[in-house]
Amino acid sequence: MRAAAVLGLLGALLVLTGCQREQRRFSEVAPASGRPDRLRASGFNPGDRQAPAEFRNPYERNAWAAAEGKRLYAAFNCIGCHANGGGGIGPPLMDPAWIYGGEPVEIYASIVEGRPNGMPAFGGRITDSQAWQLVTYVQSMSGLLRKDVRPSRSDHMSVRPSEQSGTSERRKPPQ
Amino acid sequence: MSAMLLSLVLLLAGCGAPAALSPAGPQAGQIAGLWAVFFWVSVVVEVAVVAFLLYAVLRARRPVLTLPALAAEPLAERRLTRGVSAATALTAIVVVALLAASILVTRALGALHAPQALTVEIAGHQWWWEVEYWDPVPSQRVRTANEIHVPVGEAVLVKLRASDVIHSLWVPPLHGKKDLIPGHATSLWIKADRPGAFGGQCAEFCGYQHAHMRLLVIAESRGAFDAWLARQRRPAPEPTDAQARRGRDVFLTGPCAICHTIVGTPAAARLGPDLTHLAGRTTLAAGTLPNTPGHLAGWIIDPQRIKPGVHMPSIGLDGADLQALLAYLGSLK
Repeated sequence: MRAAAVLGLLGALLVLTGCQREQRRFSEVAPASGRPDRLRASGFNPGDRQAPAEFRNPYERNAWAAAEGKRLYAAFNCIGCHANGGGGIGPPLMDPAWIYGGEPVEIYASIVEGRPNGMPAFGGRITDSQAWQLVTYVQSMSGLLRKDVRPSRSDHMSVRPSEQSGTSERRKPPQ
Repeated sequence: MSAMLLSLVLLLAGCGAPAALSPAGPQAGQIAGLWAVFFWVSVVVEVAVVAFLLYAVLRARRPVLTLPALAAEPLAERRLTRGVSAATALTAIVVVALLAASILVTRALGALHAPQALTVEIAGHQWWWEVEYWDPVPSQRVRTANEIHVPVGEAVLVKLRASDVIHSLWVPPLHGKKDLIPGHATSLWIKADRPGAFGGQCAEFCGYQHAHMRLLVIAESRGAFDAWLARQRRPAPEPTDAQARRGRDVFLTGPCAICHTIVGTPAAARLGPDLTHLAGRTTLAAGTLPNTPGHLAGWIIDPQRIKPGVHMPSIGLDGADLQALLAYLGSLK
């Protein structure tokens, strides 16, 4: 009897750990508002990186933000160049190779400040929260996020497996 | 039960007849007629059933000694059988008659047609209605949001589609509900018999702000409608004073232009409502707020406070830019 009660309590605690996963923060004005000022716009040499590791993606454990990022990825026509992650005019985003770095803050910089040869700068056009939501989704495409955070299904026909099926072993890009 | 129902109806009557029961068009008229048939048949049936039930309850209280003699039993039995059979047959007839009435009304709803009719395409989005007046010449098409104008006395074809989740269009004084389904085109015909402004509402739960997804159908004379449509076809007027010109620059260089269209400017995005003639509309944010400069300012500054979860983000605008933007948007008649 007591063992059952303890098990039940433990189960309830386990459920509680999921509470933050879908947390929706509607009213915030950008979690890390303002641009990290030590960020260089863009080196002209691919691979020329200086990763300021202290900037973390504020949404990295937020499944709702990843899903919002997925919606924005289509809405702002990222698909036009990067397709559903497979790339086309722009580089693919679902593989472990990053031209300008795969750290959250580097992806953020690519979105906000643009990159040479075609990536437009979205800074000033989209809000900081939207940029971070996009970062979250882009991270999820190559398996850089926890599996329970990645979007689990697509609304449209998809020629690729969902973001949840990626593995976390792609964490580090090859140097 | 029927007393409760009646008092409920009386209670509703206290706040004016429900919109669905004060029809403004033939379609809603058919539906209201069918509702009345169902309601009164149900009332009669309910009263009869309760009456017989009471009769049975009271009858059983009689002392056992007064039961009919054994000899009379077969006769009473036969009478009872006849009565029960008659009641069962009557129930079946009533149910089939109601089914027939329902089918006839459904057929009548589908019978409204008109050649060369005005065609309006409505797209449901979370959480607003995109409205496009169709024209064979693409440049003559008109796009607006959350407000439909129709000429009185003319059948209008409404084509429905959805971009994200299932929505449902319900304008009670004009028609019943019709779902908007992603990837599946549906349509319905409406006709308004009298001028007026009729409120509509999304009738299929579609997310956080489902309740704030309203629209307005404005029925007006053909002349007034043509004038409105001609006004909508014109591009946005050029700003005349410095304040409004600055507002246009704020709009075009800031985050507004990545989602909204203003015809006549480079802003041509289709994520949010078309703002070309925003100042001519009655409400903001799909019927959430009346369209006044104060409400518009509040909406631009913090839409998440007014309609949490809405896809419009809160953007940081300073006071001077906001005033300029309001001056510009206010000029978009």
